Amino acid sequence: MTDDKVIIAKDLTKKFGDFTAVDHITFDVKRGEIFGFLGANGAGKTTAMKMLTGILSSTSGEAKVAGFDINTERNELKKHIGYMSQKFSLYEDLTFKENIKFYGGIYGLSKEDIERKTGEMLERLGLQHIENTLIKEIPLGWKQKIAFSVAILHHPQIVFLDEPTSGVDPITRRQFWNLIYEAAEDGITVFVTTHYMDEAEYCDRISMMVQGKMQALGSLKELLTKYQSKDMDEVFIKLAR
Amino acid sequence: MRRILYIVEKEFKQIFRDKMMKPILFIMPVVQLAVLSYTADFTVKDIRIFVQDQDISPLSKQLINKVSASDNFTLLGVSYSYEEGINEVEKNKIDVILTIPEHFSRNFNSQRKTALFITADAINSSKAGISINYLQNIIRDFQVEQAEKKGIQVKPGIEVITRNWYNPDLDYKFFMVPGILVLLVTMIALFLSGMNIVKEKEIGTIEQLNVTPIMKYQFIIGKLLPFLIIGLVEFTVGLLIALYWFKVPFLGSIPLIYMFTFVYLILILGMGMFISTITETQQQALFLAWFFSIVFILMSGLFTPVESMPDWAQKLTYLNPIKYYIEVIRLVMLKGSSFSSIKVNFLVIVLSAIFINMAAIRNYKKTA
Repeated sequence: MTDDKVIIAKDLTKKFGDFTAVDHITFDVKRGEIFGFLGANGAGKTTAMKMLTGILSSTSGEAKVAGFDINTERNELKKHIGYMSQKFSLYEDLTFKENIKFYGGIYGLSKEDIERKTGEMLERLGLQHIENTLIKEIPLGWKQKIAFSVAILHHPQIVFLDEPTSGVDPITRRQFWNLIYEAAEDGITVFVTTHYMDEAEYCDRISMMVQGKMQALGSLKELLTKYQSKDMDEVFIKLAR
Repeated sequence: MRRILYIVEKEFKQIFRDKMMKPILFIMPVVQLAVLSYTADFTVKDIRIFVQDQDISPLSKQLINKVSASDNFTLLGVSYSYEEGINEVEKNKIDVILTIPEHFSRNFNSQRKTALFITADAINSSKAGISINYLQNIIRDFQVEQAEKKGIQVKPGIEVITRNWYNPDLDYKFFMVPGILVLLVTMIALFLSGMNIVKEKEIGTIEQLNVTPIMKYQFIIGKLLPFLIIGLVEFTVGLLIALYWFKVPFLGSIPLIYMFTFVYLILILGMGMFISTITETQQQALFLAWFFSIVFILMSGLFTPVESMPDWAQKLTYLNPIKYYIEVIRLVMLKGSSFSSIKVNFLVIVLSAIFINMAAIRNYKKTA
């Protein structure tokens, strides 16, 4: 494994019958970077993410995530990645603490580790008062922050976030991004899809998926120059048109 | 192993946090066992009879008295006219009409051949058959009694002496209660497990679980264990009701019945898990579980004997787990049979349990 690359994808492709959802995408993600994965609805973002997290087989091409092949070394791979789906990653009928205990247990953390991490997390999120509250009684914005913390509970090499901030208010979004920065400083690579173009600007590098193909890849500055745009909105419209 | 325990813990919390779950698990089955055992009784009692008496003689009066004195019959009318009786049958108020023809008394007393007529409402054919049978017995007794009174020698026939083993009082509940207990345990296990994984699919948490390093067998075992425990508790509660409320005898070995129940539950839970892996919504799972339970119950020999089913249906019952379990529970409880008498059933259930659980593990796809 190349030490400084957490994802290496080469000609990664997924076909559903005649329809090519992901069409020969090739890219790498460096360790510790925040990688923005953009695209219109139906551009193939979620499909690509599912292949990279080992829950969908690829049709052709290859990819290594955290040093493990996405088709043949799934179980090892899954120990080293975190994933936060757009909704529903927490059990609504369990409390904050019980969710953490369950996921910590599934990832094989020791009892002490689970307790220590629970305490740290409560403090970091400032949510001590709701540790024994059922998740369904917690507001959406908080849930998203909790879900993110659960996704990095086992300190994965990389965490995949599928539109983590959709439906939350601007202040919570800002707070959420602070959590992402903290995780990145901790050495966790962040792979994030989003609809919000201002959020794309928080990323170290940005890629754009259009109809299954990766049309652009680079830092914000590089993309703005290349497409002669004043912001990501304009880049998006030019590319996704 | 630790991972499995974390799943078990989570499942238990979720089951008991659900407010409806406790009554579903513990009150519903008790009510069903209590109510069904009293109602699912196929012994025919209180047959409503009408007598058309055209003879109007002391002898016909005596016969009518004998019929109305019987526990099985309720005399609801006597008349000269047949019409009156048949009208009542049409209104569903009478089950059987006994016709005593003119000259019945005269012919009987002069030892000439005489006949009585029985008309039965045969919509429920088995009830009609049983009613006619009871009535014939009463008439035969009556004939012997009357003959003896008059000092007439009755032709010697073959006397049949019957003895009812294992259930000497012919208490129908002894037959039904163990069977109904099997149904309850089966339904609870099948529905709970059938709805479980598919519920995670529906709410979306399955996706989060699929990206974790949990192994498929750990997941299935972790899901199965809580229901196995609940199933055994449920069985114990039902068994206590059977023994202490219904006073069903228990002649066999308690460990033997628990061993069988344990394996049986693993089989049923595996079926539920399998249903859960092939469906996408709880609604689909519910319908499938319902389909299998209805077919298995009706073909189990609980309500109707397997031996009286057509040949092809009898062959199909070899695939029916409920049939094997009902046979075993009746054998062990009522006859005190030992392992050697139930070993074929045991083997079938063990092999099916292994097969269906492997299929469920195989079919649960962590990767699409």
